[in-house]
Amino acid sequence: MSESTSPRDRSCPRAQMPLPNYLGADSRRRPDPGTRVLAQGLGWFSIGLGLTELAYGGAIARWLGMPRAAPVIHAYGVRELLQGAGILGSSDPTPWISARIAGDALDIATVLSGLEDPNPRKHNVLRALGALIGVTAVDVICAQSLAKAPLEPSQKVRQDYRRRSGFRQRAEVMRGAARDFTPPPDVIGPEAMRPWRSAKA
Amino acid sequence: MRALVWHGTQDIRCDTVPDPKIEDDRDAIIKVTACAICGSDLHLYDHFMPGMEKGDVMGHEFMGEVVETGKGVGGSLRKGERVVIPFTIICGQCDQCKRGFFSVCERSNRNKHLAEKAFGHTTAGLFGYTHLTGGYQGGQAEYVRVPFADKTHIKVPEGLSDEQVLFLGDIFPTGWQAAVQADIQPTDTVAIWGAGPVGQMTIRSAILLGAKQVVCIDSVPERLEMARAGGAITIDNAQESVVERLNELTSGKGPEKCIDAVGMEAHSPRALEQAYDRVKQAVMLESDRANVLREMIYVCRPAGTLSIPGVYGGLVDKMPMGALMNKGLTVRTGQTHVNRWTDDLVKRIADGQIDPSFVITHRAGLEQGPEMYKTFRDKKDNCIKVVLRP
Repeated sequence: MSESTSPRDRSCPRAQMPLPNYLGADSRRRPDPGTRVLAQGLGWFSIGLGLTELAYGGAIARWLGMPRAAPVIHAYGVRELLQGAGILGSSDPTPWISARIAGDALDIATVLSGLEDPNPRKHNVLRALGALIGVTAVDVICAQSLAKAPLEPSQKVRQDYRRRSGFRQRAEVMRGAARDFTPPPDVIGPEAMRPWRSAKA
Repeated sequence: MRALVWHGTQDIRCDTVPDPKIEDDRDAIIKVTACAICGSDLHLYDHFMPGMEKGDVMGHEFMGEVVETGKGVGGSLRKGERVVIPFTIICGQCDQCKRGFFSVCERSNRNKHLAEKAFGHTTAGLFGYTHLTGGYQGGQAEYVRVPFADKTHIKVPEGLSDEQVLFLGDIFPTGWQAAVQADIQPTDTVAIWGAGPVGQMTIRSAILLGAKQVVCIDSVPERLEMARAGGAITIDNAQESVVERLNELTSGKGPEKCIDAVGMEAHSPRALEQAYDRVKQAVMLESDRANVLREMIYVCRPAGTLSIPGVYGGLVDKMPMGALMNKGLTVRTGQTHVNRWTDDLVKRIADGQIDPSFVITHRAGLEQGPEMYKTFRDKKDNCIKVVLRP
């Protein structure tokens, strides 16, 4: 910059990297309605899956060709019930949805072992893996959406914007003050396409 | 110099970067005295718009003092002059600039090939708004290089403060163009989706242009309060049906003019619609959320006009083209042709007809910029508009 004094190098303090939003609960979190519905749906899904795994863990294990995995599936059923209760019972389900993702990883790792030989039911294992991947994707989408949700403003802060009209007089008095402005025809279209001023027969 | 730099999704940092230099005879260097965070900056913050690279300087709403000019600027700008810089860079010489369609200048985007791939043809270069629009350094910094500076500026008359004129670079002419495009008649009801800064400017523009009734739709209480201060009737779309209320206000016929001041990151109060768009975005089958567009098309009076200043970047899904076509709706949209309106708007500010500084709710130093991005995005502390001073 030849004609001005070069500013001194004033390094800014490096911004601190915050902890991931998806790990902590924040009661001020205000997710949009779609995300709330999705989280609730996952909560009920967890409850349903948990009950199924507890009641039919042995049958699921046999279906997968992994009969020794029955106690593990029962344990996962307890986990799903806890997660479901956490999601439905908390004011901010974010960490519980994140826990679901960790649980999905465990499920996938467990089921993957069913692809090892000899397992005559590998086709069922693949079906289960497909379903698990799909559910994991939905869990990730929900967790991301919750983490990005805005926080409700502090109840202690309440600014008064009632007088911020930007006008020198009341808005009602300023209505039409710019009627002197003529919109250009290339912006509002040719006269032939504009509404008639009065009804014609 | 210090500048707010993009480092990734939701990662803006105040870094030290090299000072800009004159690169072309038509350049000028501006010492920034005030800049603002725009709602469309949040599309970059959340990484909804492609084309950002680590190290890009943010910001397209800024003003300052001319400190250096290239030989080709001539008498258009002199050292020491106070200027607002429009967010669109204009050459002033191409066909589009000569026709007054500055936001689609044919020459100012130095990455035309990228824009052509995305949009079919290039649009104007923009400050601090992805490499699709030229990859120009933005104005949330101490200094900025302004290309085509002999045309890309708005001179500020004496006697007006920075805060009164800063928004001439973007949100005020954006709201104004949105209202002008709607071709407002004295008998019209104008419905405006979005009570953010652009929505607030649109409300006041619609009032000045003489709309019979201006209705604003949002869900954030403090924004609705500011909208009412500007003369709008408000609808809280988290509490009531927008369609029912608009029909009630218009004897069942719908508003004649509908304005989308929200854009691609719309939030729908309808859970299924919101979930649908979110999931499709997440699996990259859709890039923009079109909730507001769908609702506008549905509720607008037949033969009415949709004006769309809200920024969209890519693809939307489930557009009710049948309703659009059969109702004979007119659609007018586009980025703002800033310099087309600013001579008139400067006069209105100088005459005291309007003072755009009403919209500023937060002021901070540039070094607090990263924190202010979060405050603005999360609407913390009733934040509506942030102005930063380097």
